[in-house]
Amino acid sequence: MKLTGAEIIWECLQKEGVDVVFGYPGGAILPTYDAMTKYPKIHHVLVRHEQGATHMADGYARASGKVGVAIATSGPGATNMVTGIATAMMDSSPIVCITGQVGSKAIGTDAFQETDVTGVTLPITKHNYLVTKPSDIARAIREAFYIAKSGRPGPVLVDITKDAQQLTAEFDWEGAAPRLPGYRPSYHAPMSEYARAADLINSAKRPLILAGQGILKSGTTAEVLALAKKAGIPITTTLLGIGVIPASSLLNLGMMGMHGEAWVNQAIQQADLLIALGMRFDDRVTGNLKTYAQNAKKIHVDIDPTEMNKNVPVDVALIGDLREVLALVEPQVKKATHSDWWTAIDAQRGDAAVRDIQALPDSGHLYAAHVINDLWRLTQKRDTIVVTDVGQHQMWEAQYYRHEKPRSLITSGGLGTMGFALPAAIGAKFACPEKDVWVVVGDGGFQMTSCELATAEQEGIKVNVAIINNSFLGMVRQWQEFFYDKRYAATPMTGPDFVKLAEAYRLKGLRCNQRTGVKSTVQKTLAAKGTVVIDFVVEKEDSVFPMVPAGADLDKMIRRPKQDVMLESGSDQDWEMPAALAAPVKTSAPARSHGKTLPTAKKATRPAPRKSPRC
Amino acid sequence: MAKHTLIAYVEDVPGVLNRVSSLFRRRNFNIDSLTVGRTEQVGVSRLTVVVEATDAGARIVEANLYKLVNVLRVDDLTHKSALMRELGLVKVKVTPQTRAQVLQLVEVFRARVVDVDEETLVIEVTGTPEKIGKFELVLRPYGIVEIVRTGAVAMARGSALLSSAPPLVRTYSSADHGNDDSGLSMSV
Repeated sequence: MKLTGAEIIWECLQKEGVDVVFGYPGGAILPTYDAMTKYPKIHHVLVRHEQGATHMADGYARASGKVGVAIATSGPGATNMVTGIATAMMDSSPIVCITGQVGSKAIGTDAFQETDVTGVTLPITKHNYLVTKPSDIARAIREAFYIAKSGRPGPVLVDITKDAQQLTAEFDWEGAAPRLPGYRPSYHAPMSEYARAADLINSAKRPLILAGQGILKSGTTAEVLALAKKAGIPITTTLLGIGVIPASSLLNLGMMGMHGEAWVNQAIQQADLLIALGMRFDDRVTGNLKTYAQNAKKIHVDIDPTEMNKNVPVDVALIGDLREVLALVEPQVKKATHSDWWTAIDAQRGDAAVRDIQALPDSGHLYAAHVINDLWRLTQKRDTIVVTDVGQHQMWEAQYYRHEKPRSLITSGGLGTMGFALPAAIGAKFACPEKDVWVVVGDGGFQMTSCELATAEQEGIKVNVAIINNSFLGMVRQWQEFFYDKRYAATPMTGPDFVKLAEAYRLKGLRCNQRTGVKSTVQKTLAAKGTVVIDFVVEKEDSVFPMVPAGADLDKMIRRPKQDVMLESGSDQDWEMPAALAAPVKTSAPARSHGKTLPTAKKATRPAPRKSPRC
Repeated sequence: MAKHTLIAYVEDVPGVLNRVSSLFRRRNFNIDSLTVGRTEQVGVSRLTVVVEATDAGARIVEANLYKLVNVLRVDDLTHKSALMRELGLVKVKVTPQTRAQVLQLVEVFRARVVDVDEETLVIEVTGTPEKIGKFELVLRPYGIVEIVRTGAVAMARGSALLSSAPPLVRTYSSADHGNDDSGLSMSV
């Protein structure tokens, strides 16, 4: 069957099972857009910026486990994708980006809208292709999908010249099967290593599982829980590992790292064995490498050999698919309870982030932590995906929203991309139209890609946008407060009236600046038909605690300076009762903290002029 | 830190050299020398990369090279019995007084004079990179006009095959080898 290159592109996408693509047309990709009309089975979402297209493809991929597809034109269209591609690369998200390129004869002549896109994206893609002939398109796209989703997933870019889209070639799907002699998606560790790993687990007194996104990618939640249960091993997760182990599981201690639970970081430092499953010892997880888990032997399971001994030298490296590794290790692991170890961990459990927010006085001001914790209470019974950006709101979400299912949190972890949340949420909604999709985003990050509200409106889809608006670039401000003597350089930030902005996009906008209003606002949002933007006007100078300063020892955390009030704030059960919603916490905390140097409490008593960006 | 000599078989496709060199830059390793050439197999090129790294660093480089889709096989020859050769052309100033001395040095280093005029000699020298470095050193007092070196090429001695997988991974030679990927084949 002879088809144009453009038609071959759509045929291939259809064969790969693609039902939606996110894109933006332009000169060099026009032939492909022209052919699109013949393929109505694939829905095209017109984005407002190509960065949005890549984030949507990424969000779609993370929510569904399938490959997300983004399309853009040459030059600026393709370079606008760079941030989204790098985001997907860092978080191992399978996306395929198709870009138009100037005609093959014009390559190298600085033609209009020409950029060396394969060159630009070389270090931020798993692999990329420049296709100049229609007969090469099918193989390139098939290989791109295969590479993107196999092994450690990642983004693949296929740059196709305009003439390759226009000329015709024989379309032979079978003949275009991937031929990748140098590509090894997975490996197997030597058999002896599995036994060594099991020996280490069996002889450990204080073992700890570090659960990462690899568990989600390999779908091994049940297997990991079984291993932990059998051998009595507590589990802690990375940021991207949130959701892979249910938050309600007694084995799950919570998140580790820079803004992780204090007890988790203490446990890592005290452990005598770390079992790292599908995580990569990121610097935000380890803190100072010289003092990181010095007492612990380390078992590292990852599908990517380049992660072994990269940051942390390990005792046993098990390179391979987690499912295969667990199947081989688990039978050799003996039953254990490690009750002394659990007693030691439980003794520190009271030191939790949740208590931390209960200590915040309800002084008429709204705290981001309250918003997120209340949002969790109100949405926990519904099938919800939360998508976050990067910054304070992201850490608060990780601390106060309790995720029970894999793929229920989508966030830009490795790259920390502002502007990720809204487009990624739109992509996630296309992947899971039956689920509620919430965007939790800062006022800064939201403004980076707020244009995608128009995409949501045009597509008639519902994402619920909760802007945690503190009129600051909050995380940077926090660093300035802690490490730069409160010199708030370029962090105070104004924004538009977000309610009016939503209305300008023909969407519903709501504002909430009181804790008592959170519940009704969320309910109104859930009841509304289309996308809703909520402006949660929160305390301006609140900080995320605990915090391990960058490069500091993991157990040297900065704590909220209010220990006495924290300890008064009741048991863990209190905050699990939705009833607490109706009666907002009216503790005697403000009176008790009288005279204490708590920055947030002090700020709370100060009139906070909303009009001015500076306090 | 020591010099590590890695060889890599790569698919002969556009941009592959760029991918390899970009990898070294991105992972912050310094390339001492890099040579590429054709091999006994059609469509397969062979790279020799000399890189300054610790042993652990070299293993990470090796694993990263394997991660490139167009890279077929990699081997670190540093701790293996291997041959290393480099070719250099040295243009050195000579006077009627020094010419005989220079020619004597050429003899000692088993080099060859490939071009002669009144004021200069061009000398071709092959050997290990160290030998060429030494040769340059002894000629320096006479005045080196220009020098060009190809960078090292390397080959393991004996009949041992190249490794076919990154460090810490089961390979064909392992006793407990099971169903390894057929994708490890070198043919393209």
